[in-house]
Amino acid sequence: MPEIAEITESYFADFTRRERRAAWLEPLRERAMERFGELGFPTTRLEDWRFTNVAPLTRTPFKMPSPVADGVTERNLDAARIEEVAALLVFVDGVFEPGFSRLRTLPAGVRAASLRDAWDSPGKSLQGHMARHADTDRNAFVALNTAMFQDGALIEIANGVVLEKPVHVLFVRAPNARGTVTHPRVLVVTGRDAQVKVIESHVGSAGTAYFTNAVTELVAGENSSVEHLKLQEEGDEAFHIGMIHSHQERSSRFVSHSVSLGARLARHDIISVMAGEGAECTLNGLYQAGGNQHVDHHTRLDHAMPHCASREYYRGILDGKSSGVFNGAIIVRKDAQKTDAIQSNKNLLLSEEATINTKPELQILADDVRCTHGATVGQLNADALFYLRARGIGFEAARHLLTRAFANDVLSRVTHIPAREQLEAKLLARLSAGWKPEEVL
Amino acid sequence: MSTEVSAIEQLTNQEYKFGFVTEIEEDRVPLGLNEEIIEVISAKKNEPKFMLDWRLKSYRHWLTMKEPTWANVHYPPIDYQAARYYSAPKGKGDRPKSLEEVDPKLLETYDKLGIPLKERELLAGVAVDAVFDSVSVATTYREKLAELGIIFCSMSEAIQNHPDLVKEYLGSVVPYTDNFFATLNSAVFSDGSFAYIPKGVRCPMELSTYFRINAKDTGQFERTLIIADEGAYVSYLEGCTAPMRDTNQLHAAVVELIALDNAQIKYSTVQNWYPGDKDGKGGIYNFVTKRGKCLGVNSKISWTQVETGSAITWKYPGCILLGENSVGEFYSVAVTNNYQQADTGTKMIHIGKNTRSTIVSKGISAGRGQNTYRGLVKILKGASGARNYSQCDSLLMGDKCGAHTFPYLEVKNSTSQVEHEASTSKIGEDQIFYCRQRGISTEDAVSMIVNGFCKEVFRVLPMEFAVEAQKLLCVSLEGSVG
Repeated sequence: MPEIAEITESYFADFTRRERRAAWLEPLRERAMERFGELGFPTTRLEDWRFTNVAPLTRTPFKMPSPVADGVTERNLDAARIEEVAALLVFVDGVFEPGFSRLRTLPAGVRAASLRDAWDSPGKSLQGHMARHADTDRNAFVALNTAMFQDGALIEIANGVVLEKPVHVLFVRAPNARGTVTHPRVLVVTGRDAQVKVIESHVGSAGTAYFTNAVTELVAGENSSVEHLKLQEEGDEAFHIGMIHSHQERSSRFVSHSVSLGARLARHDIISVMAGEGAECTLNGLYQAGGNQHVDHHTRLDHAMPHCASREYYRGILDGKSSGVFNGAIIVRKDAQKTDAIQSNKNLLLSEEATINTKPELQILADDVRCTHGATVGQLNADALFYLRARGIGFEAARHLLTRAFANDVLSRVTHIPAREQLEAKLLARLSAGWKPEEVL
Repeated sequence: MSTEVSAIEQLTNQEYKFGFVTEIEEDRVPLGLNEEIIEVISAKKNEPKFMLDWRLKSYRHWLTMKEPTWANVHYPPIDYQAARYYSAPKGKGDRPKSLEEVDPKLLETYDKLGIPLKERELLAGVAVDAVFDSVSVATTYREKLAELGIIFCSMSEAIQNHPDLVKEYLGSVVPYTDNFFATLNSAVFSDGSFAYIPKGVRCPMELSTYFRINAKDTGQFERTLIIADEGAYVSYLEGCTAPMRDTNQLHAAVVELIALDNAQIKYSTVQNWYPGDKDGKGGIYNFVTKRGKCLGVNSKISWTQVETGSAITWKYPGCILLGENSVGEFYSVAVTNNYQQADTGTKMIHIGKNTRSTIVSKGISAGRGQNTYRGLVKILKGASGARNYSQCDSLLMGDKCGAHTFPYLEVKNSTSQVEHEASTSKIGEDQIFYCRQRGISTEDAVSMIVNGFCKEVFRVLPMEFAVEAQKLLCVSLEGSVG
């Protein structure tokens, strides 16, 4: 088995071999790689990684994928496509595929392009925001992504432009992705009074061990509105590490939905900085895991300015031998008066062997605030189960109904109806593996 | 609003009212810590060999440990070689001869707290007159307890007279390897109290430090061990609402509770040590390890604490719920003012089936105080049907203080239920306004609101403590917010 040092070496080797497209980004990349070298992969001795052991990930020498990815066809993509979107950008093994993508005429003031295409005409928002928000100093995976990313999506909305339908960014891994690593990158920038919805999905094939290390940065301009839905549906042997970093200007609204269903090991970091007065932030999350899956969410709501409000609703459904981790920090900076923050994390343990570690955190340095958090771990309500069974609904079906209702609390907040319906269907399929609900119900 | 603002300022500027006296001690070992010193301490106390071995074992282990840094508190490094680890009880010569010589401010406080005269003398460290010696009071109580078979004495006496019990239980809840401060305590502990309640006995009175003459000068490394045998019940009170005169800066105490089948232990603490001046200079470092073990079925351990003193508090009274149907409880009020820092909370480890725990924590921060709740609820695989409910609320007064909450919930059993709730808010302006409108002064209004906020905890304090604790809060907020 290779040593961790050798693995790190192999990333450094890839770093020197990679394409150099944007000269203005090079100094940032160099620094990020240097930082990655200093930090190394996190271990469970670090508080932030106490319950998530990335050792299996650091023992495999993941390589950059070969340029030609086979086996992805239009038909494969059907299951991952979402109806009624304004644009679709498809990336196969990290590389933009114009053939699969749908970039129909977008309204004026909307730009949705692959980063590779955008390098040549970077513009103000790309240079001003790319890699300026996500923290490369403290997070080794963000540093690695920043140093290595080759492609990704750039979504820019000009001042006052409202894009009603979502832009869908789809990252697909080819069936032969075994042993490879991609570093997808997404940057969303909205101007003043603009509105946008972005759906980011990650899908892969079962039975292959690969690694996805994603970073998404969202910058919401003054009084703009950004809704982001991340659907993580990687293959059952995959590793998914993802960072979502949002930066909000005055009076902006940001809504994040994080739905994590796939991967053997999934870790999501979500950092939301309310950097302007009157900003509002909502973080929704649903994680469902079974088998030997491990799913970890670390969220951090940073109330840096006064008069901001945040809401956080996370729910987890854990079955089999799966393990879940939730860590939700609310930080209220000095002088961030009139902060209003509510956080809730509820977990459903469906099997004897599932485990959950949850840690809601409040760090408050201002006094005129209202912050609450709550966390629960439990099972389906025995009374509710009995009620349904007394009415002739079988045990499995009753259990199923209640689990769906539990999940719906989070899913019902997704505003794009086709996406919500698809999520519900996907969840249903996962929960009912082994039996057919339509026959019972 | 201006009255409230000025009231808050006053609170922030308020100084510790209860004098802090340093005095010269007699009969003491040289500065520093080494095996020789430990041997001297053990010899002075005339301890059997097993105790000395245990102390040395602890000391050797301590040398391999590092001081923990994870707590949300900040203080300059402690020089462990500059401390003195043993000093015999102070002679009467240095003490104030009577209450007249005691700082009148201190007496005023006692008055407000309603402490009986005899106790005032004890608390102020007055050399007590032999005729009215509270020793005699204590002795009467001890005789009464002895009739029931209850052993209640100092740790040193217990080591001499009941070595079997000590040998069996000492370190069985907090092992000598537990943590940096507990290990240090195991090596050098000076004294403390020991209580054993025999089978089926319900202790008829609250065992309290007031009448515990033997524990008067237990010093900085206190070690307490309480054992409740099958079906026994005991309520133990530690500390007192009145400010304690104390000369040691570092306090690293260890408390171990053991409850056998159907036994119940209720442990209440009121801590009001010197918190340092308003610039954060001086003050006690209170680094305590307290843990109870519900060893038997249906046993119950309940911790209640009111923490208002000390510059730094670092304390997590916990329960290991081993026996089936055992119950753990934790009720806490922690107040930080000026530069005080408190990192406190609890650990509930559910091991047995159908174990239950309740956590209610109330934090009040004022001035530049930093108040942290840190709690762990761990449900192990075998703990089917385990139940936990936690609630922690923080109240903020002033814009320079902080309130932090770090609850850890680790659940490995699907039939268990865990709930955690926390809230943080400012003292209600509309509530103060409501009171003011009805002719209640801002001070009284704030005092009422704060007491109401803590009510859930005060309710479970033993009667005499509850009354004093409420007064204590009024006193600490007096001339300021309330």
